[in-house]
Amino acid sequence: MSERVIEFRDALREAMTQEMHRDPRVYLLGEEVAQYDGAYKVSRGMLEEFGPRRIIDTPISESGFAGMAIGSAMLGLRPIVEFMSWSFSLVAADPILNNAPKMLYMSGGQFGCPIVFRGNDGAGGQLGSTHSWCVEGLFSNVPGLKMAIPAFPDDAKGLLATAIQDDDPVFMLESERLLAMKGHVPEGDHYVPFGKAVIRRPGTDVTLVSFGRPVHFCLEAAEELAKEGISCEVIDGRTIRPLDIDTIVESVRRTNSCVVVDQSWSFGSPGSEIAAQVHAHCFDDLDNHVMRVHSADVPTPYASNLEQEYLPNARRIAEAVRSSLYVA
Amino acid sequence: MSSVTDPARTATGGRRSLADRTSATPEQLHEWLRQMLLIREFEVRTMQAYQDKKIGGFCHIYIGQEAVAVGCTAAVRHADPIVTAYRDHGHALARGMHPKYCMAEMFGRIGGCAKGKGGSMHMFDKPNNLFGGHGIVGAQTPLGAGLAFAKKYQDEVIDGGTNEHVTLCFLGDGALNQGAFYEAMNLASLFDVPVIFVVENNGYSMGTSIERGTSMANRIIAKGEGCGLRGYEIEGMDVIDVYEAMKDVADTARAESRPAMVDLKTYRFKGHSMSDPRKYRTRDEEEQWESDDPITRLRDAMYDGGLLDEAAFKALAKEQKLIVRESIAWAEASPEPPIEELHTDVYVERFGPYLGTSMPQIVTDAEENR
Repeated sequence: MSERVIEFRDALREAMTQEMHRDPRVYLLGEEVAQYDGAYKVSRGMLEEFGPRRIIDTPISESGFAGMAIGSAMLGLRPIVEFMSWSFSLVAADPILNNAPKMLYMSGGQFGCPIVFRGNDGAGGQLGSTHSWCVEGLFSNVPGLKMAIPAFPDDAKGLLATAIQDDDPVFMLESERLLAMKGHVPEGDHYVPFGKAVIRRPGTDVTLVSFGRPVHFCLEAAEELAKEGISCEVIDGRTIRPLDIDTIVESVRRTNSCVVVDQSWSFGSPGSEIAAQVHAHCFDDLDNHVMRVHSADVPTPYASNLEQEYLPNARRIAEAVRSSLYVA
Repeated sequence: MSSVTDPARTATGGRRSLADRTSATPEQLHEWLRQMLLIREFEVRTMQAYQDKKIGGFCHIYIGQEAVAVGCTAAVRHADPIVTAYRDHGHALARGMHPKYCMAEMFGRIGGCAKGKGGSMHMFDKPNNLFGGHGIVGAQTPLGAGLAFAKKYQDEVIDGGTNEHVTLCFLGDGALNQGAFYEAMNLASLFDVPVIFVVENNGYSMGTSIERGTSMANRIIAKGEGCGLRGYEIEGMDVIDVYEAMKDVADTARAESRPAMVDLKTYRFKGHSMSDPRKYRTRDEEEQWESDDPITRLRDAMYDGGLLDEAAFKALAKEQKLIVRESIAWAEASPEPPIEELHTDVYVERFGPYLGTSMPQIVTDAEENR
């Protein structure tokens, strides 16, 4: 473990600067990434370091600049597209869903799309419904893209560095609520492979599976449940596509119980997909059906108390675990 | 900004001589005539094959617009990227794709340019710098800006030189009303990327006439001018006019590293797609345009210039018929894609059910012939 402690946002920046030094084809574009230093300061200082040809401010024009970046990737550049929020990517749905993940297939292998789309995903804190999208529910449905969701600073760096070197389009879902989180992050090269989940907390009674910010809700719930004598194993999936189902299945076969925690809405979601896969693989191992904790099936509310209740928070997770284990 | 006149005719209505009209060599003129004949014959056979149910899905025919693809392509260099919409067979052939790959693609065969995975609307040809064939109206316009951006980035940021490329991005007049196009023009202007948006203005977006769907229909280049793009209006039924005008457009865009918008007036002689009964326009209108056939115009100009006689024309036409007939036979003989192809080209990386990627024959053949 590295001794150095930096913020999540600094870890993201380190991955980008490291890869931009390595490969001149890599460039960053998005709203306010250059002169403003990034709306969330992820790209702070990068304009001075790389100049305006490689750190490019765009107008508020997601469909245009996402499509433009995809065109450049077809010719071999390796763009990093920052969406200030993934909520704003919805106006770019056609390029990011119809072009990037399908280009390789539709061209019969002639034109791939090595591109990274990244930005804040999920509720940021009283931003209301239009600015709080968890796009993993919508976008993980699409074959041809990869999807990474870091929960810790070292993974933020390692997953983003891997994403930039990946030959396929990667959707990197960050959380505004985690950007100031500090953690040990290795200096120099650090790559986290896709499709490799990690066990954040070993346990014996129930397997909790999550991605991104809700991993922290799981750890909080596990801490509470430990006081009741319930031992939770918490798995951080890290990437949704590819999905490391093997690590999840191995764990569930030991604990015989599984709760999936997913911040997207429940209907047709990564959570429902994982539950289906666990049921298929662990049918004879489960002592109860897989339980799921999602954001409430409503538009994201503004009021603080409602938003807290809306999220797949530790209390709701703990309730699901008790229910799964038949603890009254 | 030029106005729409007929450069083929003098002020008194007489025909101008070929030498006055173009710097193109007799060989170039022959090649354009050959390409237009090839496209025409290819499209006639495509319609037959569609009716015979050898081609499925949506299929859009280029007959009538041949002078646009041929003249524009001739006006740029082979290394300059081209991207277009779904009425794309003409651009593929004009760019140099052998018709056998194009036909096999529509037949859904492994020998198709995209291994049968793209179909009529998605013609890609990497060796010839053709970046699709795109099915969503207007979607190719930000891609076109991106191709131009990438060429400039490669020339200037990576290679440390100056930009040497322009990109041709074709769109129909129906795409004038898509937001993506305005975003693409604005970005291209802001970033000084030399992409030429060529509006193939055939007067109809599917069944909606341009007047019914587009404001300022009588002067659409104003839309580009609003983003600071040079605008050009070009008569698109004569390949010589298209070439001469587009050469200036391309040379200027290349020299200035600036985007441009071209209103290229043309007409599709057939329907929007194979299922279109064309009830939204009159037979009179169609006949008027059909009497202005781009192939006839070049043929007659070459007759007048003493560059072609009837026997030579017939021989050239017959040669194209033969090439298309052989292409159809080649396409029919090409096997259906093996079932494993279902899971290839989803990801470059091989993992889970995905089998990695491989290049289609159009690319491997080109590499062998290099």
